[in-house]
Amino acid sequence: MAKITYVQPDGTKNEVEVPNGQSVKDGAVNNLVPGILAECGGACACATCQVYVDAAWFETVGPADGVEKDMLDFAFDPQETSRLSCQVDVTDALDGLVVHVPEEQ
Amino acid sequence: MSVIIIGAGHAAGQLAASLRMEGYDGSIRIIGDEPYPPYQRPPLSKQLLSGDMELEQVYLKPDEFYETNNVELTLGKSVASIDRGAKTVTLDDGETVSYEKLALTTGARVRKLSIPGSDLDGIFYVRAIDDTLGLRDRFAPGKKLVVVGGGYIGLEVAAAARKQGMNVTVLEMADRVMNRVVAPEVSAFYEKAHRDHGVTIVTDVLVSGFTGDTSVTAVTCADGSSYEADLAVVGVGVIPNTELAEAAGLACSNGIVVDDMARTEDPDVVSAGDCTNHPNGVYGINLRLESVQNAVDQAKAAAKAICGKPETYSAVPWFWSDQYDIKLQIVGLSQGYDQAVVRGNPDDSEFSVFYLREGTLLAVDAINSPREYMMGRKLITDHAKPDPAKIADTSVSVKELV
Ligand SMILES: Cc1cc2nc3c(=O)[nH]c(=O)nc-3n(C[C@H](O)[C@H](O)[C@H](O)COP(=O)(O)OP(=O)(O)OC[C@H]3O[C@@H](n4cnc5c(N)ncnc54)[C@H](O)[C@@H]3O)c2cc1C
Ligand code: FES
Repeated sequence: MAKITYVQPDGTKNEVEVPNGQSVKDGAVNNLVPGILAECGGACACATCQVYVDAAWFETVGPADGVEKDMLDFAFDPQETSRLSCQVDVTDALDGLVVHVPEEQ
Repeated sequence: MSVIIIGAGHAAGQLAASLRMEGYDGSIRIIGDEPYPPYQRPPLSKQLLSGDMELEQVYLKPDEFYETNNVELTLGKSVASIDRGAKTVTLDDGETVSYEKLALTTGARVRKLSIPGSDLDGIFYVRAIDDTLGLRDRFAPGKKLVVVGGGYIGLEVAAAARKQGMNVTVLEMADRVMNRVVAPEVSAFYEKAHRDHGVTIVTDVLVSGFTGDTSVTAVTCADGSSYEADLAVVGVGVIPNTELAEAAGLACSNGIVVDDMARTEDPDVVSAGDCTNHPNGVYGINLRLESVQNAVDQAKAAAKAICGKPETYSAVPWFWSDQYDIKLQIVGLSQGYDQAVVRGNPDDSEFSVFYLREGTLLAVDAINSPREYMMGRKLITDHAKPDPAKIADTSVSVKELV
């Protein structure tokens, strides 16, 4: 279980408890956190679940690679700390994680 | 205020979530004839079948979602009729419920074969969770599986079955697999990939019957050939569930007819997903799509229409298929193309096909090529005319095609 904070572009925060084994994307869509569309349901096929991992957490979460990296390259306004949230699995180590939701997907 | 959603599939789950996100605070009730809450079908022929995913993981939302958001689920019951005058629906158990707004998300059902032996035991279709679980239970190493139909679902089933050590044969009526959706180059690539994984692929063959006493033992073809089988899976397309809408007097023509805001001709009835025939502004045609993208995007439009904030749904369709470790991503509609340009080399298992008509990009099939897929999506939306020579030249970055 990890408490995850999703920060909207306007600064609004959603704090959600997400069970281990789910993804950071699941935590958002299961709790109606806006801005994470996740249209393909986590198949790494749509790139509509981008988040910016908070700088303080990026080392723990780690960077994207492979297909995810290629998809992110073409997503809306990618940043150094961009991840597709469906590809980030929740573990106890992510308790306290902060991610920022982009303006658009 | 009350919304009744008929059918508890992907579009239904999205519609309920979108209504709440739009701030709709009336009652929402989803009535579905399957015993499960809204779920995702793509894993049914992929991870759920190969045993790489648990049942709960295919559900669109966890159970708590429906409680927290006050969405009532009535499962295992079907809607028998709609009375649009009285604004009520009647369930198969006789219950009559009234609505203010009605959403039809009845999806599609598989086309069943009616040929000799088609009701023998051991013959499966893949549309619902119970189909996949039933089939997976009967998978065992060394058993013979014959797949009737080389569309993407049949091929995904073949890949999942190989993973479990089954002997697999795919029988396709056309001269190549996935002929309805992809170019010959892509079909050839997939035929080779399956053969390399030990699957027998037979094209130009018409299945004419099944033999066996109680359970299927062979699949027979019109040319006299016959293939031994312990199990058979049939994947030959779907039929939209429009009967309920038709009986209620709503216009249907290969789907429930809706406008580009997911509205039927009745101001109180919307419809979304596999069951609709709708206009697509990008291509200027009416069509029926069978995809998650369409179910999700159209359900969002339907929610907005119900909330009195109608918004046009006009998206470039996209789709994906996972077979072995090959990711196919398709964006756009290639129908009517006059030029197909291949980028990359199929032998590297990494290539894409760009479909153009009079120079305008219509669609891209991307095989293990997410960059081409993502760029294609953008170019199609812009009605771009990428230079075919640049497309074919992999030394030109995909960002510099126009
Ligand atoms: C095996 C398989 C693999 C797929 N893979 C992909 C993929 O990789 N990518 C992709 O984009 N798409 C894929 N699809 C397609 C995608 O799953 C569908 O497009 C999507 O499920 C459509 O959602 P829907 O809500 O319109 O219909 P459905 O999900 O079919 O839901 C409709 C529901 O309504 C119920 N219903 C119908 N009539 C009534 C009634 N009168 N009363 C009560 N309930 C009723 C039905 O039983 C059903 O449960 C796949 C489909 C299958 C079957
Ligand atoms: S949900 Fe589609 S890529 Fe993450």
